[in-house]
Amino acid sequence: MSDLAVHEHEANPTGFAHQFEDLEQQHDAGRLGMWIFLATEILFFGGMFTSYTIYRSLHPAAFDIGSHLLEVKFGATNTAVLICSSLTMALSIHSAQTGKRKGTIIGWLIFTMLLGATFLFLKFRFEWYHDWLEHIMPGFGFVYRPEWGANGPQVQMFMCFYFFLTGLHALHMIVGLGILTVLVIMAARGRFTTQYYVPLEISGLYWHFVDIVWIFLFPLLYLIGGRYSTGGH
Amino acid sequence: MSEHPGHSAHTLHEHIVPVSTYVAVFIALMFGTALTTWVAYHNLGRWNSVVALIIAVAKMLLVVLFFMHVKYNKGLSRIVIVGGFFWLGIMITLSLSDELTRRWEINPAPFNMILPYISHLHLLF
Repeated sequence: MSDLAVHEHEANPTGFAHQFEDLEQQHDAGRLGMWIFLATEILFFGGMFTSYTIYRSLHPAAFDIGSHLLEVKFGATNTAVLICSSLTMALSIHSAQTGKRKGTIIGWLIFTMLLGATFLFLKFRFEWYHDWLEHIMPGFGFVYRPEWGANGPQVQMFMCFYFFLTGLHALHMIVGLGILTVLVIMAARGRFTTQYYVPLEISGLYWHFVDIVWIFLFPLLYLIGGRYSTGGH
Repeated sequence: MSEHPGHSAHTLHEHIVPVSTYVAVFIALMFGTALTTWVAYHNLGRWNSVVALIIAVAKMLLVVLFFMHVKYNKGLSRIVIVGGFFWLGIMITLSLSDELTRRWEINPAPFNMILPYISHLHLLF
């Protein structure tokens, strides 16, 4: 085993795997694989977006009330935080492509992780926790408010959509933080060069995808629901 | 596999997106976020949803094309991406075509919706 490991290390200074014609094909294969995974992710989130669309069309008033239970300032801030994190992720790949020293790559990766952690902190500490305190977390002492009238159950359903959609998104963020941790370790070991940065690139695809999911969640959950009106209050 | 396991196999020719492009896309995305938030506080009736989704799709395209390098990718991964959205389209369209047609009455609801626009058509003949 150790002989093989040494041999591989000598033969592959750039991380080139022998089953590929060249580095470019290896790069394309890695990227294609990630895109196929992301296509399944589109459908994974798509199922929830579809049911959201159907129930919103059935109960528009209740969904408007539910939307008003969320705070736009946190949703908007978190959108900005995620867009910043996408930029820093792209810059970490750029550092590898242009042969910057590994400290630069690690710096951008850690910056990305901090922004991801900021997103999760805002989401859990200032949104979910307050929803729980205000008894609008389904399954954890959800209380119908009198001003909702007959819309109570459907408002609760909106909050179910909210928690499942943002929860699945947050889960993806947590997985993303794990992936970024691995990338930091790989970068610290000097694995990335101008010729080999496939792990960075495809992890970036995943990170940007999670960003895109939020780009849709923000208007669908926080904004579409008549922010200009009182929303039934 | 390679007949020439020389240096050429270990050279990658990737398009490197300049930092200025990333920053420009970043600014556009931030502007889009501000715009969609601002628009939400103005009553456009049914157009609020449409405008919000158009802005979201525009932001998605910026992320996909530049941050995810699809603008510079080869055909195969593009096919997968388009395929993913095509399947999403099938799922949403068929689900909605079922759900939205369950409560038809004597006059089918969609027909009622377009009736005001076509009721004068007989004047043409």
